Amino acid sequence: MKVLDLGSAGDPGFEAQIAKLAHTSPAACYACGKCSAGCPLAYEMDYQPHQVLRLVQLGLKDEALSCSTIWLCASCITCSTRCPREVDIAQVMDTLRAMARTEGVRAALPKVPKFYSSFLGRVQAGGRLHELSMTILYKLRSGDLFSDLDLGIKMVLRGKLKPLPPRIQGRDQVRQIFRRVAEAERREEAAR
Amino acid sequence: MPRIGVFVCWCGSNIAGTVDIARVVEAAKDMPHVVYVEDNKYTCSEPGQASLRASVEEHELDRVVVAACSPRMHEPTFRKTLETAGLNNYLLEVANLREHCSWVHSDKDDGTEKAIDLVRMAVAKVAYHEPLYSLSFPVTKRAVVIGGGIAGIQAALDIADSGHEVVLVEKTPTLGGRMAQLDKTFPTMDCSACILTPKMVDAAQHPNITLMAYSEVERLDGYVGNFKVTVRQKARSVDIIKCTGCGICFEKCPSKVPNEFDLGLADRKAIYVPFPQAVPNKATIDREHCLYYTRGRCRVCERVCEAGAIVFDQEDELVEIEAGAVVVATGYEQFDHSVYGEYGYGKIPDVITGLEFERLVNASGPTEGKIKRPSDGKVPETIVFIKCVGSRDESKGVGYCSRTCCMYTAKHALQTREKLPGSRVLVYYMDVRTAGKGYEEFYKRTTEEYGATYVRGRVSRVYQKGDKLVVLGEDTLLARPTIVEADLVVLAMGMAANEGAGDLARLLGISYDQHNFLTEAHPKLRPVETNTAGIFLAGSCQGPKDIPDTVAQASGSAAKVAALLSRESLQTEAQIANVNQELCSGCLWCETTCPYKAISAKTITERVHGKEVTRTVAEVNPSLCHGCGACLPACRDGAMNLLGFTHQQILAEVEAVWR
Amino acid sequence: MKTYSYYPGCSLEGTAREYEISLRAVAPLLGFRLEEMHDWSCCGSTPAHATSHRLAVALAARNLNLAAAHDKGPDGLAVPCAACYSRLKIAVSDLARDAKLRADTEEAMGEAWRGGAVHIMALPEILARDVGPEAIERATVEPLNGIKVANYYGCLLVRPPEMTGFDDPEDPQTLDEIVRATGAEAVDWSHKVDCCGGSLSLSRTSVVSKLVADIIDAAQIAGADCIVTACPMCHANVDTRQPLAAKILGRRLEMPVLYITQLLGLALGVPARQLGFRSHLTPVTSLLRKLQDRTRGRASGEGGS
Repeated sequence: MKVLDLGSAGDPGFEAQIAKLAHTSPAACYACGKCSAGCPLAYEMDYQPHQVLRLVQLGLKDEALSCSTIWLCASCITCSTRCPREVDIAQVMDTLRAMARTEGVRAALPKVPKFYSSFLGRVQAGGRLHELSMTILYKLRSGDLFSDLDLGIKMVLRGKLKPLPPRIQGRDQVRQIFRRVAEAERREEAAR
Repeated sequence: MPRIGVFVCWCGSNIAGTVDIARVVEAAKDMPHVVYVEDNKYTCSEPGQASLRASVEEHELDRVVVAACSPRMHEPTFRKTLETAGLNNYLLEVANLREHCSWVHSDKDDGTEKAIDLVRMAVAKVAYHEPLYSLSFPVTKRAVVIGGGIAGIQAALDIADSGHEVVLVEKTPTLGGRMAQLDKTFPTMDCSACILTPKMVDAAQHPNITLMAYSEVERLDGYVGNFKVTVRQKARSVDIIKCTGCGICFEKCPSKVPNEFDLGLADRKAIYVPFPQAVPNKATIDREHCLYYTRGRCRVCERVCEAGAIVFDQEDELVEIEAGAVVVATGYEQFDHSVYGEYGYGKIPDVITGLEFERLVNASGPTEGKIKRPSDGKVPETIVFIKCVGSRDESKGVGYCSRTCCMYTAKHALQTREKLPGSRVLVYYMDVRTAGKGYEEFYKRTTEEYGATYVRGRVSRVYQKGDKLVVLGEDTLLARPTIVEADLVVLAMGMAANEGAGDLARLLGISYDQHNFLTEAHPKLRPVETNTAGIFLAGSCQGPKDIPDTVAQASGSAAKVAALLSRESLQTEAQIANVNQELCSGCLWCETTCPYKAISAKTITERVHGKEVTRTVAEVNPSLCHGCGACLPACRDGAMNLLGFTHQQILAEVEAVWR
Repeated sequence: MKTYSYYPGCSLEGTAREYEISLRAVAPLLGFRLEEMHDWSCCGSTPAHATSHRLAVALAARNLNLAAAHDKGPDGLAVPCAACYSRLKIAVSDLARDAKLRADTEEAMGEAWRGGAVHIMALPEILARDVGPEAIERATVEPLNGIKVANYYGCLLVRPPEMTGFDDPEDPQTLDEIVRATGAEAVDWSHKVDCCGGSLSLSRTSVVSKLVADIIDAAQIAGADCIVTACPMCHANVDTRQPLAAKILGRRLEMPVLYITQLLGLALGVPARQLGFRSHLTPVTSLLRKLQDRTRGRASGEGGS
């Protein structure tokens, strides 16, 4: 545990940046802990949700982007709903996840973003999610090949996992959305 | 020809920082009718005022412009100075070079130009000032205190002890207020009733105090020194002179109602005395729940009352009271916990509020002082206290801190550990605010001697699991979620203004804020006065506070009342509206516009073309007029003028600025 | 007859097929029609908003534009999947307040944003408000009296409350009203709006198992015969992760998990085999048996008045 030099540590613009992107005010957080108290995943996190807000307040960007919290967050929005200072903690988590990705910070729990990218990859391909190929893709990417094998087989047999991927007519427009969003993000990242 | 003196103030660096005083002085010398200009570092100080006085005398000035801070700061000061210099105190005009100039601009050139303009305007106006005079009017030596809790009782006793009459009006059937509901008071752990009831009795028996319980203020007319208060004495359906308070009536009454005094934790009867130590100890019939009034049946109380005190056809009575001053001491209520879905929407029986817990530990309460679960009457083993419910909560509650909950929760935690030595007591907190005398020491005792466990973190949710209550919280200091299966959960609810406080404020004509707390005249320096002369505040109606602060404030307001009532007379406002009867057409639009009911119709007789003609004009009552000026734009004839701000004076200012 | 534009969402074609099957079965019996939007695409769900705000909004906006152009569903856009519902509503709200986001979204879609006025309705909202409990009661041919139902709303139907708005975030009642209208008892239980772990089912299964265990435990404490939900993710988790939850609780579990439309189907007289129960991982036999026992009991005169 290092001593925190509040004179020089931290990125002074980080809090304002998060405030703008998440449309909320991290400065309003007084660390009452109600968010963490109601978070269904808090018991597994390395930083409690209220601690992540503290990291944001103090500009401790690296720690905020590399904690397991943002990947364990299930986006249940209980925190934002009950926060007495009306801080949108759930949106802060989304913002940190997106920022970790665009800034190339290695996720503390890599399987989670791998799931997200497997999902989105299939959507990009056909316009709609194909659960079977998404699952296969995720398993290959994450190296988690054998868990849920029996479950998967059962689901195929019961018709829950369709063998053929959907391909909508508008898939070009969907691909265009992915492409243009990625380009815009690249432009903005380069400009900073 | 007026001889105007201009006194420019540096106000240290407050004005001089953004205004070039020397240039202003130079410019003033050339202004019309200015015969003398002076500058001072602090004109309001003793040497500054002495210099002003001396200059007025030496240069035979008959009009003065002080170019300084806002007139709201020091106009009264300089008016007094003029008086000591032998001038009428309305021959003064203040040019605001601070709040209107140096404090809102940063460019020195622009600031100086503007300052010169402001001085020029003031010089042009003051040339047209005439002496103005106040009238005296007598003061009714009586006060009305609205509210019979500890604040109202203390204020009434202090005013009564100073030799003046007091009418103490209380809405419920008895004095006592919230303090009567408490068991023990922090930090001394005095029994609340024991320290309160002697004062209640004193207030009832004091020769100068007239107690009107079960009464409400319905109307307020008049002005400081001369109020007329209309009080509705509500019908108890009991003759309070005959009633001895023996209690047979409510013993026999068949109709049960949840007792508000016990917050619904126990019942009372339709005919009732709220609590045993009530003052006056007289019965009251709650007509909404009485079988006779609702269904025409019963009348048992009438049969058993040996004093024959039941009067079913008793009616409300309206009483008019003349008073010189009014003290508002209407108290608070607890914030409503039923808005918290995460704590059960008020539907879980063993999730109770701080005041409900207070009733449980009270020896004369519904459980005779034993801490028991409302659901099954069992003694709880694990008790969780949750602080800041409703307070410091912009999403569902109020943003402010209710000030008392940290201490009363520590008290509750201490009492629980004392009464139930085997119990586990947890207090979930954000902060512990113990700013009073002996408070921090009390908190230390609670944790150290009495073994209450304080957990830093707010609780996200409480839900029922079987007969236990699951409390999901967080220990932010250890950064770990916590879970407790409790037997009883106590929510430290915040203090809110009484529901009717806003309505009462409008009735009285005093200000109130967005939380319905009544507004003091100045938050730092005038905590017991309102902006309405003659109406004072005491206790939590002004803002959340504990008993020591309430009593101090009550005595403070009593001192102000005593000072007011001990004056032989008061002065009217001198800068009031004035009607030029020759121009007035008698349309009386001004009368409708006046918020102080200060204008009325007057019949005058004039000689017109040799004949006597009677007609109506408007007339301003100088004791009621506050000089607000609302009647001026209503006057289509230009007959209405405001002394001290006449049309001529204002136009002179406008012309001065255009030059 | 009310006709809604219909946005099924990806899972209703796959793992949540029972939801689609049962919804199609009950709609005509409740007097409304669904007109599926042509060529709808994935809303992005959690993976999109957890990856890129702009992507999430654009994917949702494309579908809202389709809904605005779709003229066959004048009474609103029916969105049975809670995640799709959430993403569409949030997209409308975000686009309304942020001009730059609107410009970015239009650029990404290659078309103007037109979906701001689409009347997005969650399925419980349609059933409880447009159809209404009285109509459901009238249409019920096999009252479900004696069945205890734990209505599991999950997260996205009720939070964030200023966005979803049709029910209370701590103690919602829409599903309960619908269930009561069928004659079943909607039990008061502690985990109505507790998270199931959502999309962490594959990437962090242990967490989902624990949360599902808590949910089923709470439903059992309340005496529920089944859990009813309106969210494909919740259904998938509570249905497929029961064996893992059983290990955590240290006892066998067989808690039937039904979509609201499946429960309604049973009440409205749709044969069980047409409601997609076959594809559930957790058998619903205990519930069906309980229903049969009551019917048999009624038919043979037992349990009557």
